[in-house]
Amino acid sequence: MQPATEGRTPAELLAAARDGERRAIARLLTLVERGGGAADAIAGATHRLAGTAHVVGITGAPGSGKSTLTSALTTLLVAGGRRPAVVAVDPSSPLTGGAILGDRVRMEAATVAGVFVRSMATRGHGGGLALAVPGAVRVLDACGFDPVVIETVGVGQVEVDVVAAADTAVVVVTPGWGDAVQANKAGLLEVADLFVVNKADRPGASDARRDLDLMLDLTEVSGACPKRRPVIVETTATKGEGVEDLLAAIDAHHAVLVGGTGLEVRRARRLAAEVRARLDHLLGEAAGQALVEAGPVAGETTVETARRLAGRILGTGDTG
Amino acid sequence: MGAAPIRVVLAKLGLDGHDRGLKVVARMLRDAGMEVVYLGLRQTTGTIVDAVEQEDADVVGISMHNAGHLTLAPLIVAALADAGLGDVPVVIGGVVPDEDLDELAAAGVGAVLGPGASAVEVVASVRGVVDAGVRATGD
Amino acid sequence: MHPDRRTLSGIPVDPVYGEGPLPGEYPYTRGIHAGMYRDRHWTMRMFAGFGTAEDTNGRFKELLRSGGTGLSTAFDMPTLMGRDSDHPLAIGEVGRAGVAVDTVDDMADLFADIDLAAVTTSMTINGPAPILLAMYVAVAEEGGVERRLLAGTLQNDILKEYQAQKEYLFPPRPSVRLVTDVIRFTAAEMPRWNPVSVSGYHIREAGSTAAQELAFTLANGFAYVEAAAAVGLDVDEFAPRLSFFFNSHSDFFEEIGKFRAARRIWARWMRERYGARDERSLKLRFHTQTAGVSLTAQQPEVNIARVALQALAGVLGGTQSLHTDSYDEALALPSKEAARIALRTQQVIAHETGVADVADPLGGSAYVEWMTDELERRAGEVFDRLDDEGGGSILEGVYAGIESGWFMGEIAESAYRFEREVNAGDRVVVGVNAFTEGDEGGSSRLMRIGQDTEDLQRKRLAEVRLARDGSAVRTALARVADEAGRPEANLMPALLDAVRTRATVGEVVEVLEDVFGTYVETTVV
Repeated sequence: MQPATEGRTPAELLAAARDGERRAIARLLTLVERGGGAADAIAGATHRLAGTAHVVGITGAPGSGKSTLTSALTTLLVAGGRRPAVVAVDPSSPLTGGAILGDRVRMEAATVAGVFVRSMATRGHGGGLALAVPGAVRVLDACGFDPVVIETVGVGQVEVDVVAAADTAVVVVTPGWGDAVQANKAGLLEVADLFVVNKADRPGASDARRDLDLMLDLTEVSGACPKRRPVIVETTATKGEGVEDLLAAIDAHHAVLVGGTGLEVRRARRLAAEVRARLDHLLGEAAGQALVEAGPVAGETTVETARRLAGRILGTGDTG
Repeated sequence: MGAAPIRVVLAKLGLDGHDRGLKVVARMLRDAGMEVVYLGLRQTTGTIVDAVEQEDADVVGISMHNAGHLTLAPLIVAALADAGLGDVPVVIGGVVPDEDLDELAAAGVGAVLGPGASAVEVVASVRGVVDAGVRATGD
Repeated sequence: MHPDRRTLSGIPVDPVYGEGPLPGEYPYTRGIHAGMYRDRHWTMRMFAGFGTAEDTNGRFKELLRSGGTGLSTAFDMPTLMGRDSDHPLAIGEVGRAGVAVDTVDDMADLFADIDLAAVTTSMTINGPAPILLAMYVAVAEEGGVERRLLAGTLQNDILKEYQAQKEYLFPPRPSVRLVTDVIRFTAAEMPRWNPVSVSGYHIREAGSTAAQELAFTLANGFAYVEAAAAVGLDVDEFAPRLSFFFNSHSDFFEEIGKFRAARRIWARWMRERYGARDERSLKLRFHTQTAGVSLTAQQPEVNIARVALQALAGVLGGTQSLHTDSYDEALALPSKEAARIALRTQQVIAHETGVADVADPLGGSAYVEWMTDELERRAGEVFDRLDDEGGGSILEGVYAGIESGWFMGEIAESAYRFEREVNAGDRVVVGVNAFTEGDEGGSSRLMRIGQDTEDLQRKRLAEVRLARDGSAVRTALARVADEAGRPEANLMPALLDAVRTRATVGEVVEVLEDVFGTYVETTVV
């Protein structure tokens, strides 16, 4: 398939994008999302240009107000003279592959303030998203956006992984809905650098905070979380309350990372995760290919077939 | 990997709050495998143009139930053209009498979906203007 | 009206048949009056509004001349959204789908040469409702009619705006305060006025089922009762003047069951939960409009039959007033001819069919009684849910359902299910997915409002702005802001002062937005 690039090569698009042409930025993101050769070319071209932006991941259950919070946060960043961009991830329908991406509605303040917002569908989960999001972040980073905020629904493992791969991972919970417990179940407690209790004007906000504290205590005791204890910030995003505190906490976390080895460690981990995703993708394709070319033969068990094909792929003979 | 999904920006332009049709169309397009960037109510030409640009939309669908389509449809077509997005087709839906179709076509509207358009018609219409656009730009 | 009625064959018929609680008896399942339409027909209230105030005034007078018995005002979208005709967002919408009212002078033109003490007037307005009511009162008083004589209905139902119609201006809680301000004001000073018309119509038009329309609407009614009680009103002070507004859709017996269930639920809840003692507080009075969403652009004449059957369901369900849609409304505002046919349809039902001779003629039908019970049961499930969510308060439960997007999600799901059924051919819509031959295409008599109306209205507004006393306007608006900031104050007196200075709808709304803030909905697609 020939992607519509208006006749421009990825390199030409990148040059235009770095000059601030929004449509070129958007088109690069499209190509990254589609994967394949053009995406690889863009990954190559942006690899050395990126690395400046602070990457912030924001996640929370549906209805936690994370879009409104992201909007308020990035609007505040614009007011402070910074140039944020948002990648808002929503799930694709597993049945049809289609998606309804509704984050811009709640981000209207940010879009009006000039924040670059890109909605992205998970497109069948797995490898696609795990590759597309870092690729998109690199494009935005290379185009001078800083910070780059990834906003995603924290329900699936893939989405959690995406946020975990950010420099600063923010988990949003709300009072009264057992969000803190859900966050624990989803494994978000381990990845969070910052917690936000949003809708803090509601009854139960202090309970939510206490639940979080309690669970963090338990996590620390179990030693499952060998990092800095996450800060808890209270916000009421719809009124803009607490958003300055959140921004200060995000900046403080960044400062800690930059001041020590944290940033390098995280970025190394992020690159490793991306390489792993690429590897999974490549091996998956090779496995499919091998299966077509040399599938099961009579008399062979499934384990034997798998080992034979693995050997064929890796060029090492039978791995059994 | 199959062809990438068609990306559609859907919005209501103006003040009217009738979003039943827009929501139904959003679901129809999703169920046809498209990615719908939903802007919802009370959008301006400015917010729609921003979204089309940043989301790299293949097509934009505007719903109007305010009898203002003859005024508003040309405004959005012009705003897209001014932003260098004149190649992104505009589909208008809502309460549009047949007798207005020629005037809307002349104003640069790619397709019009009247009251009672079926899911098949909606999806075919959106795909139709996107395919026609690809042919027109020749790539 | 003469009391004895005979069929066309000359057989005399009783005013009512059956056993058990009869019409006029608690819980009013069979109707709120013993005699029902034998004593008095429903009000034939035809909704109208387009162009400038003068244009609509002409239509009003014509409706009164053709035997209409009440006025009903449709405002244009900028007015409904609290924006003046010269606001940038109003472009293309001034006077198009209703009448444009910017200042009290437009309101005066709208009702020129109509005796406001003699008619009843319904105003379909919600977000800016208190401002428009203030204008109506100001016009009446400038014309020498005291406010206590004014009879009519203000829709003023903001909760369903968040759930369905989306014409909200401020966040839910300050908006409900405005609703209770109007309730307090009319309870004290306008005894013939209905301060809220709790409206399921728009919930249904947005795609809900009949059961959802019933449940959400009554829940909103309970929410207003709780809100008014919370500001210190006794339930029997205001509940007799609460009225309802339902949709009458195409599923004939389901609709009839819905109207009957609504009366029964309301009576029981008002007595048992809210402690109402005045019988009038227990009686659910409602206006009905046929289902605009059921009108088809294909073979539009068929809509005349749809409207007649839906209207008949409303009458058999015991409605107090009725608007019948015009057959050409799927495409444009009703033309004069189509609006007349719609009114004549009601007159055929009232005078030719004999259905008005007997109260609740379907009472006792096994199917109708079962349907009534079943809809009541389904509504009960929704009330339980909202009560739980609200920790024992339906009002809080409704707020929670709005904030979480629950109502919108339920409605959108139903709308999409219906659409899929039609698309799959599982539901027949005559002329759309079956029996499609014979469609002649578009009508050439559509009523159009052109750009000239918008230009004219802007010019009128500019003249008013120029002629008024600017400092008086500023002073009055400052007082509105001040009173808005004091939750215990009633805004109505300040609003009356403001509109008398010729402050515009948009100016007042902007002042209120500064105090109350604006609202972004929880999007559920």
